[in-house]
Order: sequence, then C-alpha cells, then structure tokens
Amino acid sequence: MSVHTDHKGVQFGMWLFLYTEIMLFGGLFVIYATYYYQYTNDFIAAGKELELVMGTVNTAVLLTSSLTAAIAIEAMRKDARKLVIGLLGVTILLALTFLCIKYVEWGHKFAHEIFPGSEKLASGPHGVTMFYGLYFTMTGLHALHVIIGILVLGVCLAFTARGKIHGGRMDILENSGLYWHLVDIIWIFLFPLFYLIL
Amino acid sequence: MSAETSFFNTPSPARYKGLGAWLLTTDHKRIGLMYLVVILFWFAIGVTAGLFMRTQLMSPGSTLMEAQTYNAFFTVHGVIMIFLFIIPGIPAIFGNFLLPIQIGAEDVFFPRLNLLSWYLYVAGGIIAIISLFVSGAPDTGWTFYVPFSITTKTGVSITVFAVFVLGMSSMLTGINFITTVHRLRHRDMGWMQIPLFTWSVYGTAWVQLLATPVIAVTLLVVIFERLFGVGLFDPAKGGDPILFQHLFWMYSHPAVYIMILPGMGIISEVFPVFSRKSVFGYKSIVAATMAIAVVGSFVWAHHMFVSGMSDTAVLVFSFLTFAVAVPSAVKVFNWVSTMYRGSIHVGPPFLFAMVFIFLFTVGGLTGLVQGAAGPNVHIHDTHWVVGHFHFVMFGGTGFAFFAGLHFWWPKFFGRMYNFRRAYAGAVLMAAGFIMHYLPMFILGLKGMPRRYYTYLPEFGPLNFIAGIGAYIMVAGIVLTFVNLLLSFRKAEPAGPDPWGGTTLEWTVPSPPPVQNFAVEPVVLPFPYDFTAKEKMKPGSGT
Ligand code: HEM
Ligand SMILES: [Cu+2]
Repeated sequence: MSVHTDHKGVQFGMWLFLYTEIMLFGGLFVIYATYYYQYTNDFIAAGKELELVMGTVNTAVLLTSSLTAAIAIEAMRKDARKLVIGLLGVTILLALTFLCIKYVEWGHKFAHEIFPGSEKLASGPHGVTMFYGLYFTMTGLHALHVIIGILVLGVCLAFTARGKIHGGRMDILENSGLYWHLVDIIWIFLFPLFYLIL
Repeated sequence: MSAETSFFNTPSPARYKGLGAWLLTTDHKRIGLMYLVVILFWFAIGVTAGLFMRTQLMSPGSTLMEAQTYNAFFTVHGVIMIFLFIIPGIPAIFGNFLLPIQIGAEDVFFPRLNLLSWYLYVAGGIIAIISLFVSGAPDTGWTFYVPFSITTKTGVSITVFAVFVLGMSSMLTGINFITTVHRLRHRDMGWMQIPLFTWSVYGTAWVQLLATPVIAVTLLVVIFERLFGVGLFDPAKGGDPILFQHLFWMYSHPAVYIMILPGMGIISEVFPVFSRKSVFGYKSIVAATMAIAVVGSFVWAHHMFVSGMSDTAVLVFSFLTFAVAVPSAVKVFNWVSTMYRGSIHVGPPFLFAMVFIFLFTVGGLTGLVQGAAGPNVHIHDTHWVVGHFHFVMFGGTGFAFFAGLHFWWPKFFGRMYNFRRAYAGAVLMAAGFIMHYLPMFILGLKGMPRRYYTYLPEFGPLNFIAGIGAYIMVAGIVLTFVNLLLSFRKAEPAGPDPWGGTTLEWTVPSPPPVQNFAVEPVVLPFPYDFTAKEKMKPGSGT
C-alpha cells in the first residue's frame, strides 16, 4: 500500500497539525494584544516584575534542546542509532530543566501571593491581573506542550532503542522533531512578549 | 476470499472477528458506518430533548418542567445537535465512506488517525453525558457565554471539555481529508475532475482546520477561568466578555459552513444524477464552495450587533454577511438550472433534495434579515432566530443528510428500501417542519424571546400549532428510519449503480470490497458525463 511510504504526505499532514497548534496560541495572542492595548501601563509595570535571568536561561535551554533534536534527526539519517538515543536523551533532559526552572519561577510568584484568583491580584489594578492571567495561562499551556513533547520524544527514544525507528523509517522521529521545534518557536514569541519588550 | 467480497465480509484488520474487527478497524468504510451508528444515536437523543421542550412550550406556564430544567434541556439539545450531530454528521459518515472512493483511493491517508478520531468523538459524547450528572446539568446554552458560564455552579467545565475533545476529533478528520485529497487522488484525476461532494468535504476540512483551534483555546480559557479564577473574561477583574464573544463566533460562525457545505455537496451529487444531466456550472460550484469557505470566515461579528460594537464594525460585518449570500445563491441557481431540460426521475433522494432547496432558501433569506443591522436589533434573541437556524441547519443540512442517506444507503448496505414509505416520511417531515418552524418567525417578530420556558398567553395559539408540527415532523423522522431499517429484513439487492450515477463509487459493487476497487478505476474526463451512461435505466424501488 502506498499509504506508508508517502513521506511527503506524512509531513504535509504534520504541517497542517502544527498550523492548528499555532492558531491555538494565536487566540491567546489576540487576547494579549487586546489587553495590552487597554492596559499598557499596567502591563509594563507588571512585566518588570518577571525574572529576566531565569527567562533568558530557559530560552537558551530550549533553543539548545531544539538543536540536539535536529542533530538527532540528522544522525538518524546516517543510522547512527546510539548517537540518536544519546541526543534524544539530552533533549529530554533539557526539556525537564526548562520545566524545573519554570517551576522555580512560578514558585517565586506564588510565594508573593501572585497566582490566578489570589486576593492580591484581585485587589490590585485590573491590568496587572490581566497580565498575570495571561502569563500563567500562556506559559502554563506552553509547559503542557513541553510535557507532551517530552512524552513524544520519549516514545521516539524507546522506539529507536527497539529498532522500530531506523534510518529507513523515521517519519515519526521527524514529525516529533517538528513538534519540538514548534514548542520552541512558541516560546520564542512568549519570551519577548512577557520579559523583554515591557 | 476473492477481491470482490464486500467489506462487511472481509474483516480488517484481518486477525480479528466480530465486534473486535469493527472497533479496531482502520477501514474508512467501517469507520464511516461506526460514525453512522453513534451519530444517529445522538440525533435520537437530541430530537427527544427537542420534543420535550416543544411539549413544554405548547401552553404557557410550567406544564412539563421548571425553568432550570428547561435551561438544561436547551443546553443539552443545542450541544448535541450542534457538536454531536450537525458538525460531524455528513463529513464523518459520508465523507469517510465516500471521499476515498470518489477519488479512486484505497483508504484515507492516515487510517489509524481516522480510528482515533472516532474514539475521540465517542469520548466527547461520553464526557458530555458525564457532565449532566456531576454537578447539575449545564444551563448556559450551547454558546457558553461569559460571565454566566464562569459563575454558574453547574457542570459547565466538563461540558466545555467535551466540546474541546469533539473539536479535536473534527480537526483530525479535517487534516486527514485534506491530506487524502492531495496525496491519494487517482493519478488520472485532476482538480477539475473531482466530484462535487468530495470538493465540498475538502473545502469543509479547511474551514475545520482554520477555525477549530480558535474555539479550542477559547474553551480552554473558560475552563481555566472556572478552575482557577484567572479573570481574562471576567469583567469584575478587568476582563472583557465581548472578547469571548469575538473568539467564540470566530469559530462558530465558520462552523455554520462546516455544517452546510457538505450538505450542499450531497445536493450537488443528487441533482445531476436524478436529472440525467451534467451539473450546471461545475466550476462555479467549486468556486462558490471555496468562496463560502473564505468569505464565511470574516462575518462572525454579525452575532454581536447588539453587544456594543462600533457602528463602523456593524456596517462592515453587515456588508460582509450580505456578501456570503452571493455564492450560496449561485449554488441554488446551479441546482435549479441543472434540472432545467433534464430528464428528471423522481426518487426519494431527489424529493429530499427538493425539500432542501425550498427550506434552505427560506433559511438563507431570513438570515439576510438578521444580517441587516437594523432588523437585527428587533429580532435578536427572539424565536425568529430559532426559526432561522432550524431552517438552515435542519431544513438545510438535516434534509441534505436524509437525501444523502437515501442516495447512498444502497451503496452502504447493498439493499434497497421501500420508496413509498420513504416518500411518506419525507412529506410528513417537511410538512411538520414548516408547521413547527414557520410560526416561530411570527412569534419572534411579535417579541417572544428565545430560551424561556414560558411566555405571555397571547403567544399561546402559535406555540400550540408549532408543537403539533413538531410531533408530525418527529413522526416523519421515525417513519424514515423504520423504513431504512426494514431494508435489512427483506433482502432486495440494489446492484452497484441503482440510480445511474457517474462518479466512481457507482462503479464498484454495493457494498464495496475492502480494497474499494477490484479493478483499476477509470476516471472520466468530467465526473458528470451522462452521455456514456444514457442506456442505463434508473433503479426502481418497490
Ligand atoms: C438538525 C436538527 C436540529 C438542530 C441542529 C437543532 C439545533 C438547535 C439549537 C442550536 C438550538 C438553540 C439552543 C440554544 O438556544 O442554546 C435549538 C433550540 C430549540 N430546538 Fe432544535 N435543533 C434541531 C432539531 C430540533 C427538533 C427535531 C426539535 C423538536 C422536535 C427542536 C426543538 C427546539 C426548540 C423548541 C428549541 C428552542 C429552545 C429555546 O430557545 O427555548 N429542534 N435547536
Ligand atoms: Cu453567523
């Protein structure tokens, strides 16, 4: 059957799916734009409170993981399976690092009584509530995607170890790589919006 | 087993028997029929809920249920009819079964993803049921408008999650169909040789893909609001409920085209076959399909004329709404012109298609009244609107669904049904329909609001008539299904091409073999070329 050998078709389907993921975040970007327009000053004030260093480190971590994922795919083309397993392992570790740093960041905010529905936010200026509402929603949804990415890459790692994915049959790995790049790209948008431009 | 043994008799995957061979199948035809069973189940529930509401409304006061129960009923009815029946109905059943065959393919591009979509659909339905019992039946209406939906204590979070899961299912089906049309089309089939039904499902798939993520994220935010009190849509915390409405309708208006385009596709198949004449203006139908898909995505805010938009915005959206009417009208003219000087053979699918044209036109024209900003203010949230969307959704898509069911039933099961009972069902349904929904326009103009369990006594007579109409209509629906089911008892073989169709699905046996084509299909230069078929006689029922 032609179904399983049409490499281009598989990628085409994946791109369509990635588009839906972008639109998923797109809705939140629309909300961000609206409230930024409405509460510009509050947004700027609240944005200064975020921890720029942790955000920057996390950006570096995620970009590096995207790189290791890309190299893993190249390595698979040469059928260097051991190398692929190692690189995927590193990617997953970096992803976990990202989540840990995010956890610490959120923890600091929680310690300052800043979390969705908290008294402090409810009594503060509306714009700040909106800012943190978006911050937690968007980074939370992104973190959820990181977790899904870890699972997907984990499956790829296991399949590679068991020989189910190899140089001749690597659509799953390639698509997982695309997914991981998407997670990375979305962060590239979140980072400036929350940490840099404000 | 020979290559021509039907897909009912050759289980796929081959190692399983009985129910397992269905629940684990990746055969698009089996999946299509699995959708048929579940979707009809939900349709039955939805109709029953509608009948309860209608019975309650037959006289003022609380005759059958209290206000809160009524709220639950219209919410459940709306959610089921929209997300579990109308949106998935035609693409999931007919699209799955027919799209690959019409383009000469063995299966959809991602067969396992297709099965996953079915499971997501079933899961969404189960979650919707669960939401009824966990913390009280939801009472927001299928639109889930904030701030009510984030403050009510009923099980809205779970209902919203169910809709999210159903959206995933619909999106994955869309991705599958688009990829299938691009990658698995028979190599002899160019874009302008694709049958119109496949075209319409293809256009729909794009709308599904473009619009669904927007509602997905909106619903996610509603869930977050309810669970954590984020405040993004909560005016008390600085959020903006109008923003919710924009995001909601950015999906839900295009969803109207997800509902109607596949129905139009069915009608575009039925008319040429029963007029024995090539469809009039094939290319303009294709263009109109895509135009509806595109322009239809820019008119969402006509649902919000009274929500406090700027006058400029109202003007722009009102104008764009009128613009979408143009391609729809083009199609209606095409269908009517197809019949002109055709050699018309009446059959049940044709009758349903005729009813479709009439009811859909009424629905479309009344939609224009709503699209104009002035009258909209008067009829907003009245029974006029309820009348309008039932004319479009049930009178349009619903009757197209029945037309398709009668058109392809012989293909699905290899059996013919009784024609006389089918006609009787169609007539009862149409007559009941008009009696049910026409009074709603008058009621709406007179000011009877929607979503109320009772009303002023002066609205009594019309509501009573509408109630009688509803019962007649439901009698027609029941008769139609009984008739179709009876076809299983008396085996009357249908033959591969009972109507004299020209598209590829009529060249294979009924029901088709697992691989769809036992011999390499021959693609006609033009999909509706009846001259080659002229000698063939139409099928005659009992
Ligand atoms: C394809 C079929 C149908 C579709 C898609 C459909 C859809 C809907 C939708 C979306 C609503 C609005 C609910 C809301 O305002 O939240 C509604 C309301 C209603 N439907 Fe249906 N419906 C269908 C068939 C029926 C049938 C068969 C009946 C009766 C036998 C029925 C009776 C009603 C009534 C009485 C209401 C009014 C609720 C109210 O505003 O108080 N519908 N329907
Ligand atoms: Cu609309």
